[in-house]
Amino acid sequence: MSANVVTMPQRERNWELPSRGHVAMFALIIAESAIFVIFVVAYLFYLGKSLTGPTPKQVLEAPIFYSICLLSSSITIHLAVKALRVGNIRSFRAWWFGTIVLGAAFLYGTAHEWHRLIYKDGLTISTNLFGTTYYSLVGLHGFHVIVGLICLSTVMAFALLGDVQQQHTYRVDVLSLYWHFVDVVWIVVFTVVYIIGR
Amino acid sequence: MSTDSIALPGGYEASRPLVDRLHEWVTTVDHKRLGILYILFALFFLVVGGIEATIMRIQLIRPQNDFVSPEVFNRMFTMHGTTMIFFVAMPLVFGFANYLVPLMIGARDMAFPRLNAFSFWLSAFGGILLYFSLVGANGLYGAGNAPDVGWFAYAPLTAQTFSRGHSTDFWTLAVLVSGFGSIGTAINILTTILCLRCPGMKLGKMPLLAWLNLVMAGLVLLAIGPLTAAQIMLSLDRYLGAHFFDTQAGGSAVIWMHFFWIFGHPEVYILVIPAFAVVSEIVPVFSRKAMFGYPIMVAATVAIGFLSMAVWAHHMFTVGMSSNANTFFVLSTMAIGVPTGIKIFNWLATMWGGKIHFQTPMLFCIAFLFQFLIAGLTGIMLSAAPFDWQLGNSYFVVAHFHYVIVGGILFALFGAFYYWFPKMTGRMYDETLGKLHFWLFVIGFHLTFDFMHVPGLLGMPRRIYTYEPGRGWDTWNLIVTIGVCFQGLGILIFVGNLLWSRLKGKLSGSDPWDAWTLEWTTSSPPPAYNFAAIPTVKSRRPLWDLKHPEDPDWKYE
Amino acid sequence: MYRQWALKLLVVICWFGTASSAGTADPPLSPTNIFAPASTPANTIFGLSIFVLAVTATIFVIVFSLLAYAVVRFRKTADDDGREPPQVYGSNQVELAWTVIPVLIVVALFMATARVIGSVQKAAQPSNAIEVIAIGHQFWWEYRYPGLHVVTANELHVPVSDPEHPTPTFIRLLSADTDHSFWVPRLNGKTDLIPNHPNSMWIDPHETGLYLGQCAQYCGTQHAKMLLRVYVQTREEFDRWIHEQSQSAHLSDAASEGQHIFETTACINCHAVAGTVADGRFGPDLSHLMSRDTIAAGAAPNTAENLRRWIQNPDAIKPGSRMPAMELSDRELDAVTAYLTTLR
Repeated sequence: MSANVVTMPQRERNWELPSRGHVAMFALIIAESAIFVIFVVAYLFYLGKSLTGPTPKQVLEAPIFYSICLLSSSITIHLAVKALRVGNIRSFRAWWFGTIVLGAAFLYGTAHEWHRLIYKDGLTISTNLFGTTYYSLVGLHGFHVIVGLICLSTVMAFALLGDVQQQHTYRVDVLSLYWHFVDVVWIVVFTVVYIIGR
Repeated sequence: MSTDSIALPGGYEASRPLVDRLHEWVTTVDHKRLGILYILFALFFLVVGGIEATIMRIQLIRPQNDFVSPEVFNRMFTMHGTTMIFFVAMPLVFGFANYLVPLMIGARDMAFPRLNAFSFWLSAFGGILLYFSLVGANGLYGAGNAPDVGWFAYAPLTAQTFSRGHSTDFWTLAVLVSGFGSIGTAINILTTILCLRCPGMKLGKMPLLAWLNLVMAGLVLLAIGPLTAAQIMLSLDRYLGAHFFDTQAGGSAVIWMHFFWIFGHPEVYILVIPAFAVVSEIVPVFSRKAMFGYPIMVAATVAIGFLSMAVWAHHMFTVGMSSNANTFFVLSTMAIGVPTGIKIFNWLATMWGGKIHFQTPMLFCIAFLFQFLIAGLTGIMLSAAPFDWQLGNSYFVVAHFHYVIVGGILFALFGAFYYWFPKMTGRMYDETLGKLHFWLFVIGFHLTFDFMHVPGLLGMPRRIYTYEPGRGWDTWNLIVTIGVCFQGLGILIFVGNLLWSRLKGKLSGSDPWDAWTLEWTTSSPPPAYNFAAIPTVKSRRPLWDLKHPEDPDWKYE
Repeated sequence: MYRQWALKLLVVICWFGTASSAGTADPPLSPTNIFAPASTPANTIFGLSIFVLAVTATIFVIVFSLLAYAVVRFRKTADDDGREPPQVYGSNQVELAWTVIPVLIVVALFMATARVIGSVQKAAQPSNAIEVIAIGHQFWWEYRYPGLHVVTANELHVPVSDPEHPTPTFIRLLSADTDHSFWVPRLNGKTDLIPNHPNSMWIDPHETGLYLGQCAQYCGTQHAKMLLRVYVQTREEFDRWIHEQSQSAHLSDAASEGQHIFETTACINCHAVAGTVADGRFGPDLSHLMSRDTIAAGAAPNTAENLRRWIQNPDAIKPGSRMPAMELSDRELDAVTAYLTTLR
């Protein structure tokens, strides 16, 4: 360790930089989007190229109700954060719980659809190119919903214990960004799979 | 940073137990220590990858050699490529970024120290996992096999049919896991630079190293995703019967190439841009002049970042894409040569009119300039698609990319080692040994990689464990192999120098190079908190302003 | 000045890759020298490569000289006064100049390249072209001449093409397993053989002779020994070869024991001998095996001794090839070899 350290001048300044949490979450969203883009590209590329088996038109039914559930959960989570920001913990807990319920409903819808596809229509990931790209894309999204629900449930547990207060708004807001991302991805996946793909 | 000794009553000092010190290192979240861990990890794998290369070169020293079997050779080039890219070059890049970025922007640590540690250990685990395949995998040819599908693992060679057992999966998982580590580090670097700069350091006032690492981090976020996606798809194919790359089911082998190279090309920019960063810090200091054209350097790098996402299929010119597709990628690849090339002019202009000091860091950077020039020009040759139809997949390409990665990136990083060694350890390295390392390595590098272009021009493809006599390749391969000895010797001297100087080198002081960026204002090595007080800066070279109050930078920027 | 440089460079490269006028002699440095083109597409590529080399060499000389000059001229001298030199932060004019000039160079290079891409990739197939289908296997080449009813392996025969009245050969490239690449440098650049992705290339060799190459896309263990041999023959020789290859196998009673072993062991699962029950397509067609100079895709010369060694244990010649050792006894080996050597 040496002694000739230089002390730089310091001045009081108005020095505002973006917040770490938001920047980091946006960065994560960019990275995740890159993964999703590739799965979407594969899905679109392989449309119509399956050699056998059920086609999208034959077996896909747009999950409108469950999609509305998921997209509404973006509204509920937004309201939850808004409530927490003004210190309304009870309202926050209610909206947060609603978000989880809606997200879980969406997952149930996916599970239900997959059950029908596998057991009634005979479509699995190894059936044909459509099966491969469909299950992987929708599954990747579903996986992200599950991860999101785990995080949301963790916060719910803390909230029920009374540990989530107004000063935690920032962190909860950052988490909600992830949840909004999951919803936006669903809009893209829904469009590609159920609208363009059929 | 805590001291290694404990004060005892009576004025005695005891060394803290080794276990405690190791525990500190293993559980550290300090960006400086993590940076050093990354670098040490990379150095270890550099030696391992070098041994793999040596084995290959011995096998190729003469035609029809039988030093190793084809199976072993094929594993060697797969492991060598995978190791050098993912477990040497990437960790070196992240290590230097980790160490330097917070110091250079006047921050106390990275934005997320625990994420930083987690990312490092993920990458380290990836490296260990890859090498576990030597004992753990059950390849086609018996127990204990490393992957042998090439570092880019083209489909359908990686399908279960052609690669039975688990050797391919070790490749997939090791790289996947270290990819997650890379994303974590990139998020950290990006957030740190955007959110933790010291007062006064607007984006236009950051050192070039910070800017270039920012672009690199952005590229990591965009590029690793496609690789992750492709590897998930490959694993689904191999284990769940998916058909992403299953040509029998109508799948496409070409789409693997697209996905891989959408990652693979930005990857090489991820590796080279930090090399540019390091050169952009060293050349000005050793020329005693400010960097020439800072705004253009930034703009050129950002342009390179964007363009690098649009050139990937120049790795696929021989695949049979349409002439329109080929033509597009020729254009984008040649275009990216422009911002890359003009950087060389900027460095040249920085040296021009300066007073060049030839210590080891600068020697490596000067070699970088000459070598990167050549590497770029062979790249232009390869970008002319019809010329690539001859040169592609031959030893010309191997020579080209080693010229970039060894002659460019590794040389620049050697420069970085020597330049920041005093800051990291508080001691000077031995200059004579440093110069010896430099000259040995330059001789070895040129013997190997200059002459390696020739067999490519004479029709020698890559990834062949042996070759026919009478093709005119023999002498060239011999010379190429001889160069390995010089490089190996150079590396030994380098490692020896680092170790010896760490223990016995002269104390360096906080600013041995009379440099100008913030890391030189604090002690060597810096304390855990980096700066006693967070500085405020007014220009790109805050120390220059302090040393030259009559002629500060902020008057001219 | 530029033209002088380009000419000098051209001379150097031509020395580097002189194709001798007596067609069958190898160019001095290598029989697979990309600078010794013997066919139109290779020639076109060669022309472009000279242009690209001239441009890059010029850039190299200029920038190298500037760098070398800077390093020498601006070094710190022994009698340095320790003062910092004048700090120059940039210059818009200089930076503009050294951006615009490279852009112009890129435009020139790009236009030249685009033209060549078109001329090679979009060449129309004339009606008198020889059509070949090349199928890549691990680790050998299958050749079919669909219009001429020929199926053979590893040694491709094509007619020489007169530049005045070209008779090119158009090759369709398919793969039976993994990716391969067809690279005979003196005849054309390489094009890959990718399953489910048919490609095509063409050659019109101007001189008769044997042209060498090898697989240029890593395809597995024995990628290194998947060699290419292209025999360019006069039209008469080629027609005669086609005629012989399209016949059934010439069987002889003397070799009937070997034939019997061949047909009752697993050989016929992979190999075909036209006119017999052997009809396997996994391995090379053996109907006219003895008309070939090499076996195992160039891995060894085609002699009775090598054939016997190969059948006894393929791994002894090409470890990792897809043919298993058939565990034949010495007597059986002798018989089968005798049979195969009658297949002309």
